[in-house]
Amino acid sequence: MLGFNWLAGCKPTPAAAPALQMPEAWFEINGFVKIGNNGVVTIMSPNPEFGQNVKTSMPMIVAEELDVDWKEVIVEQAPFNTAIYTRQFTGGSQGIRQGWPGLRMAGAAARHMLRGAAAQAWQVPVEEITTETGMLHHKASGQSAGYGEMASAAATISVPEEVQLKDVEDFKIIGTSRKNVEARKIVTGQPLFAMDQQRDGMLIAMIAHPPAFGMKLKSVDDTAARAMPGIKDVFTIKTFEDGYERNYFDTNTFPEMVAIVGNTTWEVMNAKKALQAEWEPISAISHTVGGFGRSQTVEVPSGLENTTDHLARMDESAGRPGTVLRQDGDPEAAFRDAAQVIERTYTAPFLAHNCMEPMNCFAHVTADGAEIAGPIQAPEFIEQTLSARLGLPLEQIDIQMTRMGGGFGRRAYGHYMVEAALISQKMQAPIKLMYSREDDMTFGVYRPAYHATYRAALDSDNNLTAFHVKAGGIPESPLGRGAANRFPAGAVDNFLAEEWSINSNITIGAFRAPRSNFLGGVEQAFLDEVAEAAGKDPIAFRLDLLKRAGSNPVGEENDYDAARYAGVLELVREKSGWGTEDQPGVHRGVAAYFCHNSYAAHVVDMTVEDGKPVIPRVFSAIDCGIVVNPDAATNMVEGAVVDGIGNALFGAMTFKDGVPEKNNFNTYRMIRHSEAPKAIEVHFVENDIDPTGLGEPPFPPIFGALANAMYKATGKRVYEQPFAPHLEASVQEAVG
Amino acid sequence: MSRFNLSVNGQNVEVDVDPNTPVLWVLRDHLKLIGTKFGCGMAQCGACTIHLAGNAVRSCVLPISGVGDQAITTIEGLSSEGTHPVQQAWLEHDVPQCGYCQAGQIMSAAALLKSNSNPSDAEIDAAMDGNICRCGTYTRIHAAIKTAAANG
Repeated sequence: MLGFNWLAGCKPTPAAAPALQMPEAWFEINGFVKIGNNGVVTIMSPNPEFGQNVKTSMPMIVAEELDVDWKEVIVEQAPFNTAIYTRQFTGGSQGIRQGWPGLRMAGAAARHMLRGAAAQAWQVPVEEITTETGMLHHKASGQSAGYGEMASAAATISVPEEVQLKDVEDFKIIGTSRKNVEARKIVTGQPLFAMDQQRDGMLIAMIAHPPAFGMKLKSVDDTAARAMPGIKDVFTIKTFEDGYERNYFDTNTFPEMVAIVGNTTWEVMNAKKALQAEWEPISAISHTVGGFGRSQTVEVPSGLENTTDHLARMDESAGRPGTVLRQDGDPEAAFRDAAQVIERTYTAPFLAHNCMEPMNCFAHVTADGAEIAGPIQAPEFIEQTLSARLGLPLEQIDIQMTRMGGGFGRRAYGHYMVEAALISQKMQAPIKLMYSREDDMTFGVYRPAYHATYRAALDSDNNLTAFHVKAGGIPESPLGRGAANRFPAGAVDNFLAEEWSINSNITIGAFRAPRSNFLGGVEQAFLDEVAEAAGKDPIAFRLDLLKRAGSNPVGEENDYDAARYAGVLELVREKSGWGTEDQPGVHRGVAAYFCHNSYAAHVVDMTVEDGKPVIPRVFSAIDCGIVVNPDAATNMVEGAVVDGIGNALFGAMTFKDGVPEKNNFNTYRMIRHSEAPKAIEVHFVENDIDPTGLGEPPFPPIFGALANAMYKATGKRVYEQPFAPHLEASVQEAVG
Repeated sequence: MSRFNLSVNGQNVEVDVDPNTPVLWVLRDHLKLIGTKFGCGMAQCGACTIHLAGNAVRSCVLPISGVGDQAITTIEGLSSEGTHPVQQAWLEHDVPQCGYCQAGQIMSAAALLKSNSNPSDAEIDAAMDGNICRCGTYTRIHAAIKTAAANG
């Protein structure tokens, strides 16, 4: 590791107070905890922060076990260092879940060492030393000392292998709302983001990538661009060398592109417009992609793709037999014998992540090493990629994790870090690579386009006797074995799940709650329709199925806890006054889903005002186990609700001849302030289960709750995302 | 290149740039005031919102030649210590998630409250619809503006 902490925003952040008295000396107790001679505590936050608030919640967990006053805590972004910190990765709603035991151990171990130091100083047994918010006490002798007084001695005590953790009922910090430790910097415009980096001699770089998927660089005439003011160089870069086996997050959207380097952003932007590049069609290729202990081959076809063809091809694929992922009973017999069969097909388009901070990265590569500072969710993966591409050993790659201006999965794919490094290497200078919004939105790594057909069989008593899901996508299916074993699998005697996929040269990647972000919504919209056909209340209908799944499950691989699933439905029913407080003009939809280890249910209220749909209120019920920082967790659920409603209503990337048809916010519609729900009420199930994750689980079911509320408001079911064009037309029709 | 004398956050500064340079890049690249953010480059997202003579404008499409003698205020100059009522309300409601859009949101909100000290919900909606928050903190932003109006 090289030096760290050049960025003002990476300087220590007092957790609760704007100004703390700095100590004269710091003593490092372990990789997570430093204690000053005056008792001030520094806690390292290990994971990349992109708005999920781990920079506050992870240190809260350490502080809890350390037993300190949160007001005395300073939070620092930990360096990327896998020797000390495990899983420095933001994704899969796994940060708190997987960090939980280690963070608690780090705090508890430091507390144990402080107790050991006091025991030595006072010549008493360590078992007799107690702590109380930053103080050490020995009751029998009446001696007391602050942590600061014992910090120097504690730092010399060996780290214990096992320590006693607190009982949940003794928590004083976990479960209480603490403000975002970086909020003050955010509201005063302090440098926090990679985009904000300034260095002496730093140049600005931009890239020009092919205008269409299925195209590559043929030639470039840079004469005019080079002659523009402030321009230092124009050259081509190849992100990956030929024959390179890609790492899991190495996206290969446009492996060759043009780099333009100059003094200032505006000058480089202008020179980019003067670039004369020719592009040509790609040939079909197959890639080997490694990572997560497996290696797979990805076929990339040639050709310029169109959204209209995509839809036709998806319908065609859905008509052919798929790969069976799960089968219970005899589904076809049950469908044949059914009193009623309901079949519906749902589609959803590619989605762009549209992080507010466009892709960018600082890089300074010299013969001695590479300093890379940028927004990255998966530093461990990109470090390997950088090492391979630059020909430098891992220890000479210094990745600094800057606060990310949004991520949503997009920044797991750090190709921009490789690009920045290659440009710096060529320029022999520190550079900052900047993507324009257009570069960012048209680069790919989209949420795949999806398609699903659901069938349900009801007997003459309106019991659900068979359930069939057949789902696919471009270029991957939303199902997989994991999702095939989710509810309502386990609750229906005859069940069939199959999948299919269509290859494409449009690149895709993780997008908040991958796969579930489609499945959760459409499955819940379908169940709403089945409940209606069965003449049952949609919550009661689901609860009956969950009761069956809990007491007498079908199959053995069901991937959910029926009681916790029912728990969020019951909580949202209670909090929303479902069925008891129906107000005229308020149309309600409900949905629930389980993914990424947690359970979420929403009720969406919709009204029509002045010919426009309005969402006056959303009720959310979540079971994610112990909630570390309730108000911040509430904020994240509110965000998932708004994000989900926005993407359901407006999100869509379409293609014509391989060209993304939207490249900025004038054409790619994003949810706006006035379109958000007027109020979002978030409720958490209270239990003592270790945290199970929160960033993703509330996202998928909001698509379904919205669809079901729209139906109630308009009388029309919508099967295609985005919903807005259909919803606006139905509302107009209804208004007349 | 041309010389421009500007008043930025109460200080007089001189820059020598192409007259077409958007104020955003003069602030970020030349004056090293990086609190104002780049989001879209076409006045569609509001991340770059500053005050020009007290009004909220999108600095990404405002050429430096169009500033004249009008005073520029950026997030860094809204208050010296984060004490502006809008900033205080943002802290009270713990609004930010990723935080990238919030400087622009705060500048839009501060300009709104300057011209309308007690805005209605519809007036807040209208004033804030030009600022995208990708994380979806709109309900908190709305509540914080109401708090700032009450405390202003």
